[in-house]
Amino acid sequence: MTVRLQTEDFDVGAEINALRRTSPNIGAVVSFVGQVRDLNDGDNVAAMTLEHYPGMTEKSLAGIVEQAQGRWPIANVLVIHRVGELRPLDQIVLVLVASAHRKDAFAACEFIMDYLKTEAPFWKKEQTPDGERWVEAKDSDDQARSRWQQ
Amino acid sequence: MITVLYFARLKESLNYSTEEIDLPADVSSIAALKLHLAKRGEAWANLFNGQQTIRAAINHALVENDAVIKNGDEVAFFPPVTGG
Repeated sequence: MTVRLQTEDFDVGAEINALRRTSPNIGAVVSFVGQVRDLNDGDNVAAMTLEHYPGMTEKSLAGIVEQAQGRWPIANVLVIHRVGELRPLDQIVLVLVASAHRKDAFAACEFIMDYLKTEAPFWKKEQTPDGERWVEAKDSDDQARSRWQQ
Repeated sequence: MITVLYFARLKESLNYSTEEIDLPADVSSIAALKLHLAKRGEAWANLFNGQQTIRAAINHALVENDAVIKNGDEVAFFPPVTGG
Protein backbone atom coordinates (compact mmCIF):
# COMPACT_ATOMS: atom_id res chain seq x y z
CA MET A 1 0.00 0.00 0.00
CA THR A 2 1.23 3.49 -0.84
CA VAL A 3 -0.36 6.79 0.22
CA ARG A 4 1.08 10.04 -1.11
CA LEU A 5 0.15 13.69 -0.56
CA GLN A 6 1.76 16.09 -3.00
CA THR A 7 1.37 19.47 -4.64
CA GLU A 8 2.67 18.28 -8.02
CA ASP A 9 0.69 16.42 -10.70
CA PHE A 10 0.85 12.65 -11.22
CA ASP A 11 1.15 10.42 -14.30
CA VAL A 12 -1.72 7.91 -14.24
CA GLY A 13 -0.17 5.63 -16.89
CA ALA A 14 3.19 5.46 -15.14
CA GLU A 15 1.51 4.76 -11.78
CA ILE A 16 -0.61 1.93 -13.25
CA ASN A 17 2.44 0.42 -14.91
CA ALA A 18 4.39 0.50 -11.66
CA LEU A 19 1.55 -0.96 -9.59
CA ARG A 20 0.52 -3.77 -11.95
CA ARG A 21 4.07 -5.11 -11.98
CA THR A 22 4.26 -5.53 -8.18
CA SER A 23 2.83 -9.09 -8.30
CA PRO A 24 2.15 -11.74 -10.97
CA ASN A 25 -1.00 -12.58 -8.96
CA ILE A 26 -2.60 -9.32 -10.16
CA GLY A 27 -5.25 -9.86 -12.82
CA ALA A 28 -7.05 -6.52 -12.59
CA VAL A 29 -6.19 -2.91 -11.90
CA VAL A 30 -9.03 -0.45 -11.34
CA SER A 31 -8.34 3.29 -11.34
CA PHE A 32 -10.27 6.34 -10.22
CA VAL A 33 -9.07 9.81 -11.22
CA GLY A 34 -10.76 12.90 -9.81
CA GLN A 35 -10.28 16.22 -11.57
CA VAL A 36 -11.26 19.84 -10.92
CA ARG A 37 -14.43 21.03 -12.67
CA ASP A 38 -14.93 24.61 -13.86
CA LEU A 39 -18.51 24.72 -12.53
CA ASN A 40 -19.78 23.95 -9.02
CA ASP A 41 -23.23 24.75 -7.57
CA GLY A 42 -23.95 26.90 -10.62
CA ASP A 43 -20.88 29.12 -10.35
CA ASN A 44 -17.71 29.30 -12.40
CA VAL A 45 -14.65 28.10 -10.55
CA ALA A 46 -11.36 29.71 -11.59
CA ALA A 47 -9.21 27.84 -9.07
CA MET A 48 -9.37 26.03 -5.76
CA THR A 49 -7.11 25.55 -2.79
CA LEU A 50 -6.99 22.24 -0.95
CA GLU A 51 -6.17 22.46 2.74
CA HIS A 52 -5.52 19.36 4.84
CA TYR A 53 -4.46 18.24 8.32
CA PRO A 54 -0.84 17.09 8.05
CA GLY A 55 -0.30 14.01 10.18
CA MET A 56 -3.95 13.00 10.33
CA THR A 57 -4.49 12.93 6.56
CA GLU A 58 -1.88 10.21 5.97
CA LYS A 59 -3.21 8.10 8.88
CA SER A 60 -6.80 8.54 7.73
CA LEU A 61 -6.05 7.40 4.17
CA ALA A 62 -3.93 4.46 5.36
CA GLY A 63 -6.74 3.43 7.73
CA ILE A 64 -9.30 3.54 4.91
CA VAL A 65 -7.08 1.36 2.71
CA GLU A 66 -6.59 -1.09 5.60
CA GLN A 67 -10.36 -1.37 5.99
CA ALA A 68 -10.68 -2.13 2.28
CA GLN A 69 -7.94 -4.75 2.57
CA GLY A 70 -9.93 -6.36 5.38
CA ARG A 71 -13.04 -6.63 3.19
CA TRP A 72 -11.59 -7.72 -0.17
CA PRO A 73 -8.55 -9.73 -1.25
CA ILE A 74 -6.43 -6.92 -2.66
CA ALA A 75 -2.90 -7.28 -4.01
CA ASN A 76 -1.89 -3.62 -3.85
CA VAL A 77 -3.30 -0.09 -3.51
CA LEU A 78 -2.03 3.36 -4.41
CA VAL A 79 -3.68 6.58 -3.25
CA ILE A 80 -2.35 9.97 -4.36
CA HIS A 81 -4.12 13.16 -3.24
CA ARG A 82 -2.93 16.59 -4.24
CA VAL A 83 -2.97 19.62 -1.94
CA GLY A 84 -2.43 23.33 -2.55
CA GLU A 85 -3.76 25.35 -5.47
CA LEU A 86 -5.50 23.57 -8.37
CA ARG A 87 -7.27 24.71 -11.53
CA PRO A 88 -10.03 23.25 -13.73
CA LEU A 89 -8.83 20.13 -15.58
CA ASP A 90 -6.13 19.51 -12.94
CA GLN A 91 -6.10 16.01 -11.48
CA ILE A 92 -6.87 15.99 -7.73
CA VAL A 93 -6.92 12.36 -6.66
CA LEU A 94 -5.84 8.96 -7.92
CA VAL A 95 -6.91 5.62 -6.44
CA LEU A 96 -5.50 2.44 -7.95
CA VAL A 97 -6.57 -0.98 -6.69
CA ALA A 98 -4.91 -4.16 -7.95
CA SER A 99 -6.36 -7.60 -7.27
CA ALA A 100 -6.56 -11.06 -8.78
CA HIS A 101 -10.10 -10.44 -10.09
CA ARG A 102 -11.91 -7.31 -11.23
CA LYS A 103 -14.94 -7.44 -8.89
CA ASP A 104 -12.83 -7.02 -5.76
CA ALA A 105 -10.83 -4.20 -7.34
CA PHE A 106 -13.96 -2.30 -8.49
CA ALA A 107 -15.65 -2.63 -5.08
CA ALA A 108 -12.53 -1.69 -3.09
CA CYS A 109 -11.86 1.35 -5.29
CA GLU A 110 -15.41 2.66 -4.74
CA PHE A 111 -15.18 1.95 -1.01
CA ILE A 112 -11.90 3.85 -0.71
CA MET A 113 -13.29 6.87 -2.59
CA ASP A 114 -16.54 6.90 -0.57
CA TYR A 115 -14.60 6.90 2.71
CA LEU A 116 -12.00 9.38 1.45
CA LYS A 117 -14.79 11.84 0.55
CA THR A 118 -16.37 11.64 4.02
CA GLU A 119 -13.49 10.97 6.46
CA ALA A 120 -10.13 12.17 5.13
CA PRO A 121 -9.39 15.69 6.44
CA PHE A 122 -9.29 17.75 3.23
CA TRP A 123 -11.15 21.01 2.64
CA LYS A 124 -11.67 22.77 -0.69
CA LYS A 125 -11.89 26.52 -1.06
CA GLU A 126 -13.09 27.76 -4.45
CA GLN A 127 -12.37 31.02 -6.21
CA THR A 128 -15.51 32.17 -8.06
CA PRO A 129 -16.44 35.51 -9.71
CA ASP A 130 -18.15 36.42 -6.39
CA GLY A 131 -15.03 35.73 -4.34
CA GLU A 132 -13.72 32.84 -2.29
CA ARG A 133 -15.94 30.24 -0.64
CA TRP A 134 -15.50 26.98 1.23
CA VAL A 135 -17.09 24.00 -0.48
CA GLU A 136 -19.93 22.49 1.56
CA ALA A 137 -20.03 18.75 2.26
CA LYS A 138 -22.76 16.84 0.39
CA ASP A 139 -25.36 14.54 1.94
CA SER A 140 -25.01 12.32 -1.14
CA ASP A 141 -21.42 11.56 -0.12
CA ASP A 142 -22.55 10.48 3.37
CA GLN A 143 -25.20 8.26 1.78
CA ALA A 144 -22.60 6.75 -0.56
CA ARG A 145 -20.49 5.79 2.44
CA SER A 146 -23.34 4.48 4.56
CA ARG A 147 -24.27 1.80 2.00
CA TRP A 148 -21.02 0.00 2.95
CA GLN A 149 -22.12 -0.14 6.60
CA GLN A 150 -25.32 -2.15 6.00
CA MET B 1 -2.63 20.91 28.91
CA ILE B 2 -3.95 19.96 25.46
CA THR B 3 -3.19 21.26 21.99
CA VAL B 4 -6.19 22.40 19.95
CA LEU B 5 -6.07 22.90 16.18
CA TYR B 6 -8.63 24.58 13.92
CA PHE B 7 -8.94 24.05 10.19
CA ALA B 8 -10.55 25.56 7.09
CA ARG B 9 -13.59 27.77 7.78
CA LEU B 10 -13.06 27.54 11.56
CA LYS B 11 -9.47 28.71 11.33
CA GLU B 12 -10.58 31.74 9.29
CA SER B 13 -13.61 32.65 11.43
CA LEU B 14 -11.65 32.41 14.67
CA ASN B 15 -8.37 33.74 13.28
CA TYR B 16 -6.72 30.92 15.21
CA SER B 17 -4.94 27.85 13.90
CA THR B 18 -3.53 26.31 17.06
CA GLU B 19 -3.39 26.94 20.80
CA GLU B 20 -2.57 25.27 24.10
CA ILE B 21 -5.43 24.98 26.59
CA ASP B 22 -5.31 24.10 30.27
CA LEU B 23 -8.27 21.76 30.61
CA PRO B 24 -10.69 22.90 33.34
CA ALA B 25 -11.57 20.04 35.70
CA ASP B 26 -15.12 19.77 34.35
CA VAL B 27 -14.05 19.56 30.68
CA SER B 28 -13.26 15.98 29.77
CA SER B 29 -15.16 15.33 26.53
CA ILE B 30 -15.41 16.85 23.06
CA ALA B 31 -18.94 18.05 23.86
CA ALA B 32 -17.74 19.77 27.06
CA LEU B 33 -14.79 21.38 25.28
CA LYS B 34 -17.14 22.76 22.59
CA LEU B 35 -19.33 24.33 25.31
CA HIS B 36 -16.23 25.73 26.99
CA LEU B 37 -15.04 27.32 23.71
CA ALA B 38 -18.52 28.65 22.89
CA LYS B 39 -18.24 30.96 25.95
CA ARG B 40 -15.34 32.90 24.43
CA GLY B 41 -17.48 35.30 22.38
CA GLU B 42 -19.75 35.62 19.40
CA ALA B 43 -17.54 34.03 16.72
CA TRP B 44 -16.84 31.09 19.01
CA ALA B 45 -20.47 30.72 20.07
CA ASN B 46 -21.61 30.71 16.43
CA LEU B 47 -19.34 27.76 15.70
CA PHE B 48 -19.57 25.76 18.90
CA ASN B 49 -23.12 26.26 20.20
CA GLY B 50 -24.35 23.15 18.40
CA GLN B 51 -26.07 24.87 15.46
CA GLN B 52 -23.34 23.93 13.00
CA THR B 53 -21.86 20.54 12.24
CA ILE B 54 -18.31 20.62 13.57
CA ARG B 55 -16.24 17.46 13.32
CA ALA B 56 -13.56 16.60 15.85
CA ALA B 57 -10.45 14.46 16.01
CA ILE B 58 -8.35 13.34 18.96
CA ASN B 59 -4.74 12.40 18.22
CA HIS B 60 -5.51 12.18 14.47
CA ALA B 61 -8.57 9.91 14.79
CA LEU B 62 -12.12 11.11 14.00
CA VAL B 63 -14.27 11.03 17.14
CA GLU B 64 -17.83 11.79 18.24
CA ASN B 65 -19.03 14.29 20.87
CA ASP B 66 -18.81 11.80 23.74
CA ALA B 67 -15.11 11.05 23.18
CA VAL B 68 -12.94 11.54 26.28
CA ILE B 69 -10.10 14.10 26.26
CA LYS B 70 -6.98 13.51 28.33
CA ASN B 71 -4.04 15.76 29.18
CA GLY B 72 -1.47 15.78 26.36
CA ASP B 73 -4.03 15.05 23.63
CA GLU B 74 -4.04 16.84 20.29
CA VAL B 75 -7.64 17.86 19.59
CA ALA B 76 -8.75 19.24 16.22
CA PHE B 77 -11.98 20.92 15.16
CA PHE B 78 -13.01 21.30 11.53
CA PRO B 79 -16.02 21.46 9.19
CA PRO B 80 -17.26 18.33 7.37
CA VAL B 81 -14.53 17.26 4.95
CA THR B 82 -14.65 17.97 1.20
CA GLY B 83 -11.69 16.20 -0.41
CA GLY B 84 -11.56 13.91 -3.40
